[in-house]
Amino acid sequence: MINEVLHTLPQVLIDGLTLGAVYAIVALGYTMVYGILELINFAHGEIFMTGAFVGTAILLTFAGFGWLASMPAIVALILVLVVTSVVTGLLGMGIERVAYRPLRNAPKLITLITAIGVSFLLQDIVRFIAELKNGNYILTGPSLFSGQIGIKASSISSIFNDASVKSSFFIVLIVAVIMMVTLDFFVNRTKWGMAMRAVAQDRETAALMSVNVNKVIALTFFIGSALGGATGVLFAIQYGTIDPYIGFILGLKAFTAAVLGGIGNIRGAMFGGILLGVLEMFAAANLPVVSHGILGAEYKDVFAFAILIIVLIFKPEGLFGKVSVEKV
Amino acid sequence: MKNWLHTIQQNKRLQALIVGLYIVVTFFSLYLAQKSVVAFLLLLSSLLLLYFTTFSNRVKWLIGGLVMVVLLPLAASQGEAYQSYMEVATLVGIYIAMALGLNIVVGMAGLLDLGFVAFFALGAYTYGIFATGQANNFMPFGHYPLSGESFWVFIFIGCFVAALFGILLGVPVLRVKGDYLAIVTLGFGEIIRIIFNNLDKPVNITNGAMGLASVQPPRLFGIDFMYPSQFYYIVLVILIAVIFAVRRLEFSKIGRAWKAVRENEIAAQAMGIHLVKTKLMAFAVGASFSGMMGVVFAAKQTFVDPTSFTLLESITILVMVILGGMGSVPGVILGAALVTILNLQVLTELTNWLNQLSLNGVISVPDALSPAKMQRFIFGIILILFALYRPQGLLPAKNPVFNEKELKDTDKLVNAGVQKEATQHVHLDS
Amino acid sequence: MVLKKTLSILATTTLAVGILAGCSGGQKNETANNGGNGGGGGSNVIKIATQTPLSGGSATLGESIKLGAQLALEEQQANFEKLGFKLELVPYDDQGDPKKGVANAQLIGADKQIFGVVGHLNSGVAIPSSEIYEKYSIPMVSPSNTATDVTDRGLKTVNRICARDDFQGPAGAKFAVEKLGAKKIFIIQDKTAYGTGLAEAFKKGAEELGAQILGFEGITVGEKDFNGVLNQVLAKKPDLIYFGGLYTEGGLLIKQARDKGINVPIMGGDGLDSSTLVQIAGDAVKNTYMTSAAGLTTVTDAGKQFAEKYKQKFGKDIESYSAYGYDAMGVLLKGLENAIKANGNKLPTRQQVAEEVRKVQDYQGVVTKVSFDEKGDNKYAKIYIYKFDEAKYPAKLEDEVSKQ
Repeated sequence: MINEVLHTLPQVLIDGLTLGAVYAIVALGYTMVYGILELINFAHGEIFMTGAFVGTAILLTFAGFGWLASMPAIVALILVLVVTSVVTGLLGMGIERVAYRPLRNAPKLITLITAIGVSFLLQDIVRFIAELKNGNYILTGPSLFSGQIGIKASSISSIFNDASVKSSFFIVLIVAVIMMVTLDFFVNRTKWGMAMRAVAQDRETAALMSVNVNKVIALTFFIGSALGGATGVLFAIQYGTIDPYIGFILGLKAFTAAVLGGIGNIRGAMFGGILLGVLEMFAAANLPVVSHGILGAEYKDVFAFAILIIVLIFKPEGLFGKVSVEKV
Repeated sequence: MKNWLHTIQQNKRLQALIVGLYIVVTFFSLYLAQKSVVAFLLLLSSLLLLYFTTFSNRVKWLIGGLVMVVLLPLAASQGEAYQSYMEVATLVGIYIAMALGLNIVVGMAGLLDLGFVAFFALGAYTYGIFATGQANNFMPFGHYPLSGESFWVFIFIGCFVAALFGILLGVPVLRVKGDYLAIVTLGFGEIIRIIFNNLDKPVNITNGAMGLASVQPPRLFGIDFMYPSQFYYIVLVILIAVIFAVRRLEFSKIGRAWKAVRENEIAAQAMGIHLVKTKLMAFAVGASFSGMMGVVFAAKQTFVDPTSFTLLESITILVMVILGGMGSVPGVILGAALVTILNLQVLTELTNWLNQLSLNGVISVPDALSPAKMQRFIFGIILILFALYRPQGLLPAKNPVFNEKELKDTDKLVNAGVQKEATQHVHLDS
Repeated sequence: MVLKKTLSILATTTLAVGILAGCSGGQKNETANNGGNGGGGGSNVIKIATQTPLSGGSATLGESIKLGAQLALEEQQANFEKLGFKLELVPYDDQGDPKKGVANAQLIGADKQIFGVVGHLNSGVAIPSSEIYEKYSIPMVSPSNTATDVTDRGLKTVNRICARDDFQGPAGAKFAVEKLGAKKIFIIQDKTAYGTGLAEAFKKGAEELGAQILGFEGITVGEKDFNGVLNQVLAKKPDLIYFGGLYTEGGLLIKQARDKGINVPIMGGDGLDSSTLVQIAGDAVKNTYMTSAAGLTTVTDAGKQFAEKYKQKFGKDIESYSAYGYDAMGVLLKGLENAIKANGNKLPTRQQVAEEVRKVQDYQGVVTKVSFDEKGDNKYAKIYIYKFDEAKYPAKLEDEVSKQ
């Protein structure tokens, strides 16, 4: 039984890492906004989805003009990533301005309603536009990186089977790592990052220290949404097919990942995302083997949520979260 | 305008006249114009009007009861749309009870719960499994389906099962707070749904994704309950019991304990409130309302499958609570009614009407933008508008407010009295 | 404070009422018109409803049914005009939610001008809603509900033109085991009523023919990464994969399986029958088989015409569900026409229409021939087996299986 699990392990780890990287960057968006405003931005999954559509639309346009063949894939990718992040970043700022800022002093949960409203709107707007332009809103973009690379895991130990990787996996992983490192640097080492942390800690005091709170919050939304949009592009490249409803499940998983890592903590979100991706993949591949067929792969989410609940019971602030001491 | 409202507020007879007139007019408009959803809604909103009057609670309850039990069904029963109105009214009742349950957990005790629909599912499956042949698959004794008479018992069983699971869920999550609690409850809700969706093997308990079809209708004195107009009364009775319970709980010791826990756990603990007991109680009571309505829902639909219990459903119930005003019983009732009617009736009618217009060529839209597809879209816009313009909820919770000036006056009076007595004493002494 | 509150509430209610007044106003006008024209209790407008998901996750499929039905209805309008009736389509959105479906069914029942329903997409919605149609005796013709429970409850008004799970599944199993020589089969399904039902039926059929089932696993609808399950497939090395589910998941599953180097044949049911499957999977779609009750739409003249008209009108390619929607509406209108004629060109009752729909014999639609049996299942449901040899839709016809 253990042998069976080990055979597939290299492949499971690689697939888990891909999925985990996507979860991790989307989770960053949740965690950043939460860290500063203590607000669960439920519309974040939809921003991710919009990013995927904007990116695919650009790629399709390029392909339509025949530019895609003439430029190196990596240039096209960078171009699409930049344009998409700017678009979704602005979208995120707009959402903050319209749906969240007027409610900043209202009860905390009311923003949940506007967030859900915005989600419905974005889903349908994207759907209507895609349908008008394309006739069908399930879009399949051109594949940029489609090579397969074999990994000879069996040369390490004979117990492992060989694994294979799509070359887009490396692109996703590399871009994800670059984004996370840059973000970590930005938040911890720059002036604006310091301002963000200040606002996160105490909004009033930060304002007294001449930090422009509104600007910082807008910036946070811009960065979080830009990351979400860029992840959407990566997602579209890795999986090829997108529809306006991909944001819901993915947003849910990413939010779970953010909480698992300790919401508000950037490194926690990254770690939580990757952990969740690997766990899920592992469960889907091995649950039936381990349980002798009683629990099928369809229990993978149960497995992931059960682990989350257990972690939170023993460490209620998440894996990397700070214990907050409550004073009366 | 201000004066005018003020006079109305002062004058009970005037209020009675307005409410009475309103009810009579809307009653007859529904009676005569059967197909008009407006008339139906206007008659329903007489309850809202009633809420704003200054009558004593007993009078309000009497009039409200009269409208719900007699006038509404009577007025609606005259036409073809009768069952359709009653269907909506029944679902409104089901959702109000659930929203009131969630209101105890979120609004009163301040425990954010994103998996609330799980309890509804538990109730529905409890009845669904035993009122179909499904239970034969795993029960060693007994003969299934149980007859429709068992429905009445199952209301209580559903209530009990849901409460039990509420406590089971509550125990491990007591340490978790705020948004962490939200995600844990969300996980719990998803786990329950996925398990129900997969429990067709190794032993077939829930029939998995295929669902349980042909659930036995409730039966009383040999009459089968098949129509929404009959379920309406079942729901109404349960709902009145629920509202009564919530009202009593709100101002009881446990209700005040919930609110104390919501405001500040540590301070509440310091005041001698047993945290574990209080929180578990909130989960159990909240869940039990959902469980009862789950049983009714299963019987009404005659079909149970996991697609009725998704995360979106939990969020919708939460939206009802927040929209209405957290912690406020009338607010939550209004919120639940509004969201349900909007979703099930108004948006459908609205898009149908728009569709009719585009068919007749009054407005022309491409097929990609056909109004029939716009329901979610319009719902989204309405949600945002409501939240922006009523951030506190439609009818925000009121804590009992004491008139400061009056209190001071009585203080003075009392003090004066004391002084008077004192002086008298002095007099006597001298 | 109180005043402000009351005022704003009043304002909101007036707003809501305003909106509503608009819509009911429309309705009233309409009824007034009808009253004027009809006379003698009957009116000459006949409405047919469609009820499918038009918003939410499965809206593509739901909409293609609606558009197919719409096309059929519009083609028949002139014909009914001659009989003195005006046909209208009322699309309802059930959002794939049983509650919404039932509430809509009540609205449909209340509208006396509606004489039939084409729908639903999901069996989970169709089953509770059809209980309501039965009470109002509104005939329902289902284009896509394959679950056995839909007709097995013996309702008089429920009919379907597509194949039952317990016919399509075993037919596929027979082909897989006997023609493709599959001995070890891995089954994946999407945990919906459609996917599970079909996969279970296939499993039973395959086991009876002596094939070994290596695994029976589920995936989640809406997700895009199925590598976890595919790793299991990789480890078990089956010689055929069967997928019970729809083309959105199916396309990705095929693509990801081929990416992993799983090159065994993949087989699926009529849920895969869509041009979008080819779009999603691309070249990976080769060596994929599917069973479908739909005949070759693009070979017959009627089918070609339909595809052209559809494309011209709605600007998209036909899906298998749009053709089913078209045929379902066609059958329904045929029954309606018969009922009108039987009633001396006067407006029939719903009961009569329902009876006539059930009696329809040998209706030739664009994808299938329809005669209903006593349960409302299609007697002619014939299973065609297609194979994708290249990334092109429609696929090549391999085999056909008739009902015994």
